[in-house]
Amino acid sequence: MTEKADTVPLRQQYQPQSYWKQILKRPEAGALGGAILVFVFFWLMAPPFRQFSAFTTVLYQASTIGIPAVAVALLMIGGEFDLSAGVAVTASSLAASMFTTQLFGNLWVGAFCALIFALAIGALNGWLLIRTKLHSFLVTLGTFLMLQGLNIAITKLVTGNVATRDISGMPGFDSLQTIFASNIMVGHAQISIAIVYWLLFVALATWVLLRTKVGNWIFAVGGQGESARAVGVPVKQVKIGLFMLVGFSCWFLSMHLLFSYNTVQSGAGIGNELLYIAASVVGGCLMTGGYGSAVGSALGAFIFGMTTEGVIYADWDPDWFQFFVGAMLLLATVVNTWIRARAMKGK
Amino acid sequence: MFNAKKITALALTASTIACSAALLSSAAHAQDKQLTIAMITHAQAGDTFWDIIRKGANMAAKKDNIKLIYLSDPTADKEAQLIDNVVQQHVDGIALTLAFPDAMAKAVKAAHAANIPIVGFNAGGDDWKKADLLGYVGQDENIAGAAVGEKLNGEGAKSVLCVDQQQGAVQLEERCNGIKKTFKGKYQILYTTGYDMPTVKSRVQAKLQQDTGIDYVVTLGAPFAPTVLDAIGAVGSKAKLGTFDLTPEAVKLIQGGKLQWAIDQQPFVEGYMAVDLLWLNKVNGDVVGGGGPVLTGPAFVNKSNVDEVAKFAKAGTR
Repeated sequence: MTEKADTVPLRQQYQPQSYWKQILKRPEAGALGGAILVFVFFWLMAPPFRQFSAFTTVLYQASTIGIPAVAVALLMIGGEFDLSAGVAVTASSLAASMFTTQLFGNLWVGAFCALIFALAIGALNGWLLIRTKLHSFLVTLGTFLMLQGLNIAITKLVTGNVATRDISGMPGFDSLQTIFASNIMVGHAQISIAIVYWLLFVALATWVLLRTKVGNWIFAVGGQGESARAVGVPVKQVKIGLFMLVGFSCWFLSMHLLFSYNTVQSGAGIGNELLYIAASVVGGCLMTGGYGSAVGSALGAFIFGMTTEGVIYADWDPDWFQFFVGAMLLLATVVNTWIRARAMKGK
Repeated sequence: MFNAKKITALALTASTIACSAALLSSAAHAQDKQLTIAMITHAQAGDTFWDIIRKGANMAAKKDNIKLIYLSDPTADKEAQLIDNVVQQHVDGIALTLAFPDAMAKAVKAAHAANIPIVGFNAGGDDWKKADLLGYVGQDENIAGAAVGEKLNGEGAKSVLCVDQQQGAVQLEERCNGIKKTFKGKYQILYTTGYDMPTVKSRVQAKLQQDTGIDYVVTLGAPFAPTVLDAIGAVGSKAKLGTFDLTPEAVKLIQGGKLQWAIDQQPFVEGYMAVDLLWLNKVNGDVVGGGGPVLTGPAFVNKSNVDEVAKFAKAGTR
């Protein structure tokens, strides 16, 4: 103790933070608080919500938002938006369906072509962004509208209808359905494999963000693009890569939808891009980039799933449905921000 | 969701402008005295049902040598705007779905002022006379709903769930009201958001888990029937399923005995007749219907008559 008095005082003494403080300062801490709040709320309000099978229904709804949302969260941390993600999902399933029924006759080939197609859309988004130096909001708004038109026009041109043909009899259907759309029965509850993939992607994305060089690049590119370039981060490649990652996630969800529901209505998917972005933002991503987490996007999707399903479990007046959903989301987000603000204030 | 709407609206406005520009330029080139008729609907783009209507309209246009302009928007103000748009193009007639009667009233009046005959179809069975339309082609949705209610009574259903994919659209509300009027058991409604199938599936699952007494589900659109069947299977419910409208998948499900019935309003006929009525009026001054609607439904398709319908459904016209 006397030694300390003799030494020159440090400018700012580093104090290891308590475990709890560290957790509370993570970007997803607020969303976790919001999720717990919504969960407890519906647990108390809606007895059917307490069943395990209800939980899996909620998770399923969440997973279909969460799979693209993980990639969108990474993209937002990298400082960009993608408004084309919602219709890109539909475009990918349409591509797989049409490549199969019109050209190759085998769903494996069709699915592979759709993957190339989805990655190409991502690459195009990224490339346009780099070349035009426009804000990604504008670039992807353009591709969003173009894809929306293409989905309907090409489907109509190729099939003569606006929905694709039922693919359930095509070669490769059974194996691909097992991979992308099988269900696991646990007791009386049906667990979709989409939930498993979703959690897997979240874990993988978290690892990349926090433990790899690429993860550091993503944070750097989104936080301070110019400085990142100056210290040698390949900014262009990272951004194009992130858009392609979103393309991949859209393709993955599209495969699930195609093999679960067999046909695709070409007008589907519009508006979902905002749910992906909302899930990321509720989960702690900043609109300005450089901050956020993959786990947060999952919690955001989970909050959304709980809210939409919870309103039904609670049997509230269906005319008020969207109002309740909006109000619950707002409540969750307010709690979320409050927790984050508290955590940041303390050391 | 608000933003989504905005963006969709933007998209549609942009595409409408592009479309109408293209159409205007092509109209200038047309030399013969071909009639130009505009069809305006509240369809969500890329919906099978509406595509069948459009096929019927195209068929009539081809037969009557009519140039058909097809435009659609699922929101009230945008559909009204489309009417203004074609009035400014001086079309010879307008066939429209009166899905949002109040919002569209002003635009309809403008069309009347420009002396353009208007025929209603598909939606607005209660309002077309008030809007002073020339005629109306469609199924009376109240009657169709009432028929469903009676059917459910006949099958001994105790508790029915109605799955509505577009909250606030009058023709869907009318179907529900019709069911409510005649059905003797417990009636509930569930709203979903268009074609987002995972949402449809999980919401129906949630509802069936919330109320395990539901023993019959009715979807207000046929594309949702397979998804709702999935949901019924997923929660192990014993509920039976019937649907409004018809798709090739619905036909297969009826043949397989999984879907009990579909109530068909013959959309092809709606599109066809709407155009044809305008043609008759322009060419011969005819008004059809005798002051009442020209009814295209309801007709039940079930296991007993599904095979006849199947071949037309496969071609995408039923």
